Amino acid sequence: MDIERSEVIRVTSSEDVVRIRQLVREWAIRSGFNLVEQTKIVTGASEIARNTVNHGGGGTLLVEAVNNGSRRGIRLTFEDKGPGIADLELAMKDGYSTGGGLGLGLGGAKRLSNEFEISSRPGEGTRVRMTRWK
Amino acid sequence: MERIPILKMGEFLLVTIQVDMHDRLALALQDDLTQRIVDTSARGVLIDISALDVVDSFIGRTLGNIAAMSRILDAETVVVGMRPAVAITLVELGLPLHGVRTALDVEKGMGLLRKAVAGRRPGDGYRAQ
Repeated sequence: MDIERSEVIRVTSSEDVVRIRQLVREWAIRSGFNLVEQTKIVTGASEIARNTVNHGGGGTLLVEAVNNGSRRGIRLTFEDKGPGIADLELAMKDGYSTGGGLGLGLGGAKRLSNEFEISSRPGEGTRVRMTRWK
Repeated sequence: MERIPILKMGEFLLVTIQVDMHDRLALALQDDLTQRIVDTSARGVLIDISALDVVDSFIGRTLGNIAAMSRILDAETVVVGMRPAVAITLVELGLPLHGVRTALDVEKGMGLLRKAVAGRRPGDGYRAQ
């Protein structure tokens, strides 16, 4: 897989979450995604960015325009050094929330991506990587 | 802190969300609206989201909360102008906005509000749909 372009953005406040929605939208447009696809990518990014701020104590987003030879895509990698997630399987379940939300963030973002990976170690942080292909 | 403006039109309150809301702004709108419903004895709330190109789970939940809170305060809420891409994404996200009345545009939304309010006795309050 080739990485055509990349950028790293800070994710520390709820204003950053709004900025990330706008930035990811621009990247999705540049990669040629249609409006519905853009909206899914941006919404997934918003969910995970909020988790990074509210649960991870802030972190970073790496945005990459990628291609695998035949298809172009966008890969988003959120990383934080927060408390981590003890039970990933439980955290992925719809309706499970520790933050007072609806518990749709992780499961919803997964449904909005083509590839979704999450890794976390309690006490060390969390990394979420989602990719959407055209 | 910035606020989303709330306009009074007769017995209804009208909110046009024109900025991409961060979470605290959405919560402030929820608080402001419930207060204005009580202050003005409004019978209906119309929220125009046609300018929003993203509604994520937090904003969706806020819209649902506003609808539920206003119902308890004897006012109906209609959300209008949702973009098709937003509707598709919300359902896929797992948030089909049960309990929130919607209409395609402001005119249809106002019609729905008038009908809903006319069909209710004053002081009816919350009731099962």
